[in-house]
Amino acid sequence: MQTVDGSIHTPHYIDDEYYQKLVSDFSGWRRADREVTDPVFRDSCRRFLDLEARFLDEIRLEDWLKLYAPNCVYWVPSSAEGGDPRKEVSISFDDRRRLEDRIFRLSTGAAWSQRPTSRTVRLISNIEVYATDQLEIVMVRSNFQTTEFRAGETRLWSGRYSHRLRDVGNEFEILVKQVNLINYDQNLRNPSIIL
Amino acid sequence: MWQGERDVTKPENTSPAVEAAGPIFDYEMMIQEDKVHQRLYTEPGIFREELTRIFGAVWVYLAHESQVPEKDNFVTSRMGLRPLIIVRDSQGDIRALYNRCTHRGSTICRQSSGSAKSFQCPYHGWSYFNSGKLSGVPWPEGYACDFSDAKYNLAQVPRVASFRGFIFGTLNLDAPSLGDYLGPVREPINDWLDRHPGGKVKFSSANRLKYMGNWKLAYDNSADGYHVLFSHRSLLAMENRHHEDERKGMSFYKGSPDGAPMYVKYYPNGHHFKDKRPNIENRPGALWEIEGTFPGMEHYEALFRERYGVKADRALDLASSEPVNINVFPNLHILGNHVQVTQPISYNETDTTWYGTAVVDDDGELSGAVDDINTIRMRTQEAFPNFGEVDDLANFEQIQAGLAAEEDEWVYMHRGLGIKDRITEEDGVFTAPATDEVFMREYMKVYKNLMTSTPNIAITREV
Ligand code: FES
Ligand SMILES: [Fe+2]
Repeated sequence: MQTVDGSIHTPHYIDDEYYQKLVSDFSGWRRADREVTDPVFRDSCRRFLDLEARFLDEIRLEDWLKLYAPNCVYWVPSSAEGGDPRKEVSISFDDRRRLEDRIFRLSTGAAWSQRPTSRTVRLISNIEVYATDQLEIVMVRSNFQTTEFRAGETRLWSGRYSHRLRDVGNEFEILVKQVNLINYDQNLRNPSIIL
Repeated sequence: MWQGERDVTKPENTSPAVEAAGPIFDYEMMIQEDKVHQRLYTEPGIFREELTRIFGAVWVYLAHESQVPEKDNFVTSRMGLRPLIIVRDSQGDIRALYNRCTHRGSTICRQSSGSAKSFQCPYHGWSYFNSGKLSGVPWPEGYACDFSDAKYNLAQVPRVASFRGFIFGTLNLDAPSLGDYLGPVREPINDWLDRHPGGKVKFSSANRLKYMGNWKLAYDNSADGYHVLFSHRSLLAMENRHHEDERKGMSFYKGSPDGAPMYVKYYPNGHHFKDKRPNIENRPGALWEIEGTFPGMEHYEALFRERYGVKADRALDLASSEPVNINVFPNLHILGNHVQVTQPISYNETDTTWYGTAVVDDDGELSGAVDDINTIRMRTQEAFPNFGEVDDLANFEQIQAGLAAEEDEWVYMHRGLGIKDRITEEDGVFTAPATDEVFMREYMKVYKNLMTSTPNIAITREV
């Protein structure tokens, strides 16, 4: 794995306004009247999530990060649906710079929790797509199951993803990925892979 | 603030099986001046004895008062493996009830926290007030007994007390008072609290981790300055990649850490303390300057400087990690802004829960900055569990794996031993350079003493 070069100094977009919008974007968005049922569009969302999963499984982390917007957030809450991250510590709450740091750390060769590196296979299913107030932005809900093999043992991570995606022509970029583990409130063994 | 130890009413002495059997392990042989035996970490029978002779004998940390702020609030906990409900009862007294129905033994409370005036056992419906007293059983006409007999009330930890919000309990009627048990480790705890307005913090959510290894591996590590540069190499590199001066985080371990002003202290009864504060100038803003980057850092710093002027540095320091590790035997660690609790599960499985803490500003000392301080503080607290602790835990698991080599018996803890003028001692308090292992050697002496003694264990019940 190579280190991430360039764009280390990204704009510092995490402020109170950002948090407020994040909290409101992630509450009450799964409305039946907003579900996008067009199979072609839904399939394009599914293919995009599959691509993200493949980059993670192949540990192509720089390619993976390219799927994310410059002002993105990767968020694994420690509460059921992710309350207000201003009041809670999260399992992970990474802005773009912290994601770059995360990838950098894994590339040092001294991140012992990932030496040996985990091998993973991700399954994503039950995809639902919802429209938002902004035409080019959709919310995608899915179920995931990630099988992790590391140091002689096989373990399972399960939960739901909520992706906030911006449609940029014939592809998407990830604005926010929220990962709701089914065991978010339990003690987790070696949570060092990117979910 | 509730502080007292309640009077013990009619303690019932108990005789756990291991006490009846007597000691079968040779702790004298296994704990020596410079080394301990691998079996302390790998032997299920020793773990079984620890549940009685350590977790049944000393003051064990149970919960924080901010988790049960109101009457009828409860949070579940454990003392060793004993399931407990820590409740602020309807009178306002804090109790540690056994989460164990007196009928046939089921747990009665299966929720990790909440509010309840009473608990009903899901199995046959026996109900208890949150004082532990039995309030009723279904179809009592089917019983010939007198249910006002105290033996039907929930068992409780006979001695419960709190020190500045930290609630402890012990089953041992012969244990000293909590104050005497803690002794001088109260000084760094006082300092840690007193940097906050009102001298207190409240718990927020937690980073919850687990490792497949013995609980003592975490206690051995908790004041260990020797591992930092190696086990946390990737974290140090990460924290300093944006900064040319390379002073972020635990960078003061680079070069010769034993020559740095920081030190390790061992206190009586197994407690210890790594104090890294002397590495940093004692002025507002000095802590903030070594804080690693986190989401929102630049925005909030600019906001604080604009809004709070000369008070900005103090506010930013409150969001920064305090460079101390305060370790209270056997299961409480106060480090950075975290309260870390070690929960043994078995001889080779341990949960380590990193409670985030938040600032409370009842008197408006911080001119309204408290919410923004906590916003930053949530992010700074996520860094170490994500990028530091996971590597330590991987290393603990690899110690556990290595110790399966059973003929290679010894684990060495002799760094600093026998070097003239390196370690000073006064009234049982040892002070040594940062990477010294004196704190492990000394706590293991306390451990040996406990493992070869018989605690005067009792439970109590409401009458
Ligand atoms: S075990 Fe609780 S009522 Fe029977
Ligand atoms: Fe460490």
